[in-house]
Amino acid sequence: MDLLQWLSAILLLSGCALGVIGGIGINRFPDFYTRMHAAGVTDTLCAGLFFGGLMIHFGLTLASAKLFLIFLFMLFTCPTSTHALAKAARHSGLVPWTKTSGVEQGASK
Amino acid sequence: MKHMSALLVILAVLWWILSGYTKVLLISLGVVSVIFTTFLAHRMNVVDDESHPLHLSFKLVRYWGYLLGQIVISNFQVIKVILSPNPDIDPSVVQTRISRHSELGKVVLGNSVTLTPGTVTLEVKGDLIEAHALNRAAAQGVLSGDMDARVPSEVEVKS
Repeated sequence: MDLLQWLSAILLLSGCALGVIGGIGINRFPDFYTRMHAAGVTDTLCAGLFFGGLMIHFGLTLASAKLFLIFLFMLFTCPTSTHALAKAARHSGLVPWTKTSGVEQGASK
Repeated sequence: MKHMSALLVILAVLWWILSGYTKVLLISLGVVSVIFTTFLAHRMNVVDDESHPLHLSFKLVRYWGYLLGQIVISNFQVIKVILSPNPDIDPSVVQTRISRHSELGKVVLGNSVTLTPGTVTLEVKGDLIEAHALNRAAAQGVLSGDMDARVPSEVEVKS
């Protein structure tokens, strides 16, 4: 295996690790809004590492160009959907959890 | 006209990247469909500075570089919070001014704030941006207005 294959393997593995970490965060954080921040890790760096690893694996081919297009597409759509979710939650009256507001909302999950 | 020719080139390149055909018949079909699509876009009057912000392409690329750096930094901050045994979670809703007045500038800033983990744009009202921040450090990042100042000023230019 040459150097580039190793590099792509490292990128893919760290992408996997970030995905798992994002999942742990979604479970650990207290309320909807803070969970969105944890999901943001999987949205951005995890996806970026995956695309980077796959692009290195395929080299300069059409597949890489397509992967890059998908990556750009995700960079534009992920914040839009996250913002739509946050705004919808806000408008339906979900109050953000704060440190002083106590545990009742955190406990009710 | 500048926008039309740019659209033509972008569509042609996109068509070829997505298909990868090299047969003459298929390429000529692609050329026809690209020209037809450009003609339709021209008839619909949807090609202008907002849908094709050509004037800020290069500035925007530099901004993207800065944004990618910020994304990586804030990712590590959020990962640290997730993995620490007693996480530093102190969420707050912060408001700050946007210095750009055009809609495009507000969209760029709002999307950038959401894209960096730790902060999510809740609402943009007039000149105010309202964001939810995971902890003090993330809130400070929004309040400092550093990202706001880096949005290319060319987003304001109309036509």
